[in-house]
Amino acid sequence: MTTTMEPVRVAVPASRGLLDRVLKMRELAILAVLVLMLAATQIDNSAFLSQQGIKDLLLNATILVLVAVGEAMVVITRNVDLSVGSVLGITAFAAGDFLQGGGNPLLAVVLAVALGAGFGLLNGLLVSIGQVPALVVTLGTLYIIRGIDSIWIGSREITAGVLPTGFIDFGHNGLSALPYLAVLAAAVLVAVAYFLRNYRSGREFYALGSSPEAAGLAGVPVRRRILAAYIACGALAGLAGALYLARFGNVDSGTGSGYELTVVSAVVVGGVAFTGGSGSVYGVALGALLLTSINSVLPSIGVSSVWVQAIDGILLLVAIAVDRILALRVAGILRKRAAETRSARHG
Amino acid sequence: MADTTAPFTARLRSARLGDMVRWDTVVGALLLVLLVCSFSFVDNFGNALNLSFLIGNTLPIALIALPMTLLVVSGEIDLSVGSTAGLSGAVMGALWNAGYPIETIIPICLLLGVVCGLVNGLLVTRLGLPSLAVTIGTLAAYRGIAQIVLGANSVTDFPQQYLDFGSGRIAGTFIPYAAIPWAVLLVLAAVVLHATPVGRSLFAVGASEEAARFSGVRVKRLKLSMFVATGFVSALTGVFWALHYASARYDNATGLELSVVAAVLLGGIDFDGGRGTLGGAVAGVFLLGALQNVMSLVNVSAQSQIVVTGVLLVVSVLGPRVARQLSVARARRRTLTAPVVPAAATAPAGGT
Amino acid sequence: MTHPEPDPVPVLALEGVSKSFGAVRALRGVSLQLFAGEAHALAGENGAGKSTLIKALAGVHRPDEGTVLLDGEPVVFHGPADARDAGVAVIYQEPTLFPDLSVAENIFMGRQPRRSFGRVDHRAVHAATADLFRRLGVDLDPDQPARGLSIADQQLVEIAKALSFDARVLIMDEPTAALTGSEVARLFGVVRSLREEGAAVLFISHRLEEVFALCQRVTTLRDGAWIATEPVAGLGEDDLIRRMVGRDLDELYPKLPAEVGAVALSVRRLTREGVFTDVSFEVRGGEIVGLAGLVGAGRSEVARAVFGVDRWDGGEVEVAGKPLKPGAPSLAMAAGLALVPEDRRAQGLVMGMSIERNIGLTGLRATSRAGVMNRGSERSRAVDWAVRLQVKYARLGDLVGTLSGGNQQKVVLAKWLATSPTVLIVDEPTRGIDVGTKAEVHRLLSQLAGQGVAVLMISSDLPEILGMADRVLVMHEGRIAAELDRAEATEQSVLAAATGVTGRAA
Repeated sequence: MTTTMEPVRVAVPASRGLLDRVLKMRELAILAVLVLMLAATQIDNSAFLSQQGIKDLLLNATILVLVAVGEAMVVITRNVDLSVGSVLGITAFAAGDFLQGGGNPLLAVVLAVALGAGFGLLNGLLVSIGQVPALVVTLGTLYIIRGIDSIWIGSREITAGVLPTGFIDFGHNGLSALPYLAVLAAAVLVAVAYFLRNYRSGREFYALGSSPEAAGLAGVPVRRRILAAYIACGALAGLAGALYLARFGNVDSGTGSGYELTVVSAVVVGGVAFTGGSGSVYGVALGALLLTSINSVLPSIGVSSVWVQAIDGILLLVAIAVDRILALRVAGILRKRAAETRSARHG
Repeated sequence: MADTTAPFTARLRSARLGDMVRWDTVVGALLLVLLVCSFSFVDNFGNALNLSFLIGNTLPIALIALPMTLLVVSGEIDLSVGSTAGLSGAVMGALWNAGYPIETIIPICLLLGVVCGLVNGLLVTRLGLPSLAVTIGTLAAYRGIAQIVLGANSVTDFPQQYLDFGSGRIAGTFIPYAAIPWAVLLVLAAVVLHATPVGRSLFAVGASEEAARFSGVRVKRLKLSMFVATGFVSALTGVFWALHYASARYDNATGLELSVVAAVLLGGIDFDGGRGTLGGAVAGVFLLGALQNVMSLVNVSAQSQIVVTGVLLVVSVLGPRVARQLSVARARRRTLTAPVVPAAATAPAGGT
Repeated sequence: MTHPEPDPVPVLALEGVSKSFGAVRALRGVSLQLFAGEAHALAGENGAGKSTLIKALAGVHRPDEGTVLLDGEPVVFHGPADARDAGVAVIYQEPTLFPDLSVAENIFMGRQPRRSFGRVDHRAVHAATADLFRRLGVDLDPDQPARGLSIADQQLVEIAKALSFDARVLIMDEPTAALTGSEVARLFGVVRSLREEGAAVLFISHRLEEVFALCQRVTTLRDGAWIATEPVAGLGEDDLIRRMVGRDLDELYPKLPAEVGAVALSVRRLTREGVFTDVSFEVRGGEIVGLAGLVGAGRSEVARAVFGVDRWDGGEVEVAGKPLKPGAPSLAMAAGLALVPEDRRAQGLVMGMSIERNIGLTGLRATSRAGVMNRGSERSRAVDWAVRLQVKYARLGDLVGTLSGGNQQKVVLAKWLATSPTVLIVDEPTRGIDVGTKAEVHRLLSQLAGQGVAVLMISSDLPEILGMADRVLVMHEGRIAAELDRAEATEQSVLAAATGVTGRAA
């Protein structure tokens, strides 16, 4: 078989980075909504963005950002971790209990992180070795960890009074409007983003979520990466637990209960798809900031706080629906463009 | 064909063994053992009051588990059931406060449930969104709306005859009145799942949505109707909840979705769809319910009960999978050691 | 097995390798030797075990018996990564890309060039990819996401990936199926230069002339067993086909002349944007119409649209003169249409269900009364058709996945013939099934046509198209490129139309 025609290659400038651009748009869109919302609130209530107001906004977002970034790593690999709320609760209490007994604050944080990583390891082993759906396993560990937490704590609670003042100060103070906690969260955020972007193993998280079969064929150590994602997620939930203690100084057996839903909302609103392989942790951080800001905005413009939950839920629905519609559009455009270039090439 | 019988019989034997140790049978047996032991050894378990408590407290889960089983078999999930029940109760309370007759309110609540299910179903089937994400969203949204509707109030002054129905027992027995509509729904769900074209299609869709679509199954319509059924029964449960506990609050039935999902999965309904029996799901529901009841009677703390629920859930998904992998490995060993003549080699002879 | 080769030690070899999947024995004691600087062809029909053999070489499957030899030493590949590290590059039949990632990342996943602290050197990745594309003469953008690439472009990315290894062994499983003539020529240029640099090449293609153009030796497989290994020089296409098929072609394609009746299926100007355009054809009762074309030409997509699995954007479909509403397989079935789809395991059968339930799925209404299933009639319908098509099964309640490929395909046919269709669309009806069953399927199709059923047969197997079809439609790039009578249709005329060489002759 020989051919008589040399195909004419046409440049396809428009398809260049189309998806990239859509994804960037996604982060910009959250940012725009956030800025618009804050600006409108500021106009309505000029005290809103005072130094203390900004500090509160950032402080409120800190803990959610940390947990959501960890969750994002798991979701990027096409899994999910519903046990983060329970892990946050139990690590916060563990750190508090340690401090109450006169422990070193830094060691307390390390302890919380290690404990969280341990629970992450448990989840990761069940998911990667047991080959059980992540949702079910982590629903189970959600119960188990919460139960252990409750048995251990009983009716005790940790209060700010028993904690070292340095630790509590760390949770409240900062460089003018910038709380220490937010600085710490931002550092973690940047580190994770850098890792996911610039390391082979980070890129493999995306590969794994994008197509598990192709990842296996490309020699990606699938189980080890899933395990790593869960351990990181657990460790970050543990860190968030320690910071929760520093911020609120108050932990009981109900701490972090139901938090997994907020975390998943932040991740999805932030543009990390449930189907894995896409999204960025910066988007997730913006999503977390948006969700926590709504909680501050509503009261300050005089809307009753009973609206908060409904708005959170609807926001999540809107985010996934818009993502889906955009994805369908993009797929349609790409399909048409592929057909056009094909006929241009050979026509 | 004669020389191919060895591997065939080997396969048959393992298949029959597999039939005998089906997970739903295991759960049923466990329930039976638990009941027998409890009747024999646990004080106060067998008295009518305790049994009616057991059933009454388990009924909300048992109700929602029926449509949830069908939904999970079709490969979807609904996490908003607790919120739908809460919303239904909140609207019931709000309308009652506004002076509507209860005969009008209950149909409105049920209709509301249908709408809730419709919203879930349309988002899943029309936009192709994962049901997990959608119903986590509506879980928050419906509960939020319930909060907006009723605020922090609680409504308790429903008509006495309805409250009696919600908490009363059939004269002379330990069976609550509300168990009667549940039994009717149970029969209906069992027939639909195991003996109708709809049920056959549900299993096909759950096992392979694409193959089902290629076989002419109207996948979207089927899934939509299952979401609607789930919404309807959830709203019904919300009404029952408010009457049973004589209190309509926005936070009624919070977290119920986790209990329902745990019970259904424990009953052997495969989370990936396409596998399970309604009997297994019901056994799962009552195993959890009875276990909690017994643990309370023998003074195990509520917290330890949570741990037990979680462990059971993990074991229930891990167990069947490990068992299946073991049996596959066993079958492979047998095939390898058996003198094998490939089936393909005999095919031309049969064909020509 | 003796080899005239002077080269004493093969780079990569299989010795007595067997591999089974459940009841299916995909490979039976196969040996194969790949030498440096030689292109080796692997010939065999669909389902002969070629893909399994490749996966054994690539470390995807571990052989049940036999050994893999690397430079004469036995090795065990624990996974694709092991094979890759040993210098084995594989281009699979179906591209395995990460849709969310850029083309460049796809190529270098897990092997990205790194700079200090182990960070990925994105610039180097981009440059190396651009370099590979230049070498291949492809003008893809390295930063473009893999999602949305045409199959041909995806295939090119796979080829670039294999090139990036500097592989000692390059294995290609039908890499040319979706490529145009000039793309094939360019690919062959690259492969030849690799071979001259000392790489061993294993090449699989359905186009025999490509085998003759590129390879020095050829190994033939049939039903998972080794048949012959011989030099290509001196071998004729007919010899090779006879080794592959193992019987005379007449026996394999028992086409009976049939009475051609009224128009049963009429498709007019059917268009689905970006997939296929302006497709018009008719199929009459009693006629077998072949639909040929390259992979990705839009054949299956037309079938899916006609049957209502996908929607269409323009045009119309009539069955027996009545217009068919788009987008509803249930309506298409009611109108008398049946579709035996391309992908048996994903589309044709519900693998997790029993044989009985699979056959029953197309007749739920017929076997129920007042909305409740009648177990008796459900079972007798399944038994009836399973027996008529000579499905070999142990119990009807067994999972359909336990059957061999050929018997699975018979179950698919059974479930559709049970609906007594007037129009039967079969998409790759004999892909991946053994020769005996293949002949049975062909006889069945011929019989059905004889009974007045209109048959539209999509196939990538040219001898099958030429052997069975009364008329051949050829698709190219989403359009009908040619319509050929049985007399006009030859391997050359069909391939020319399929690759766009002849333009729009109609």
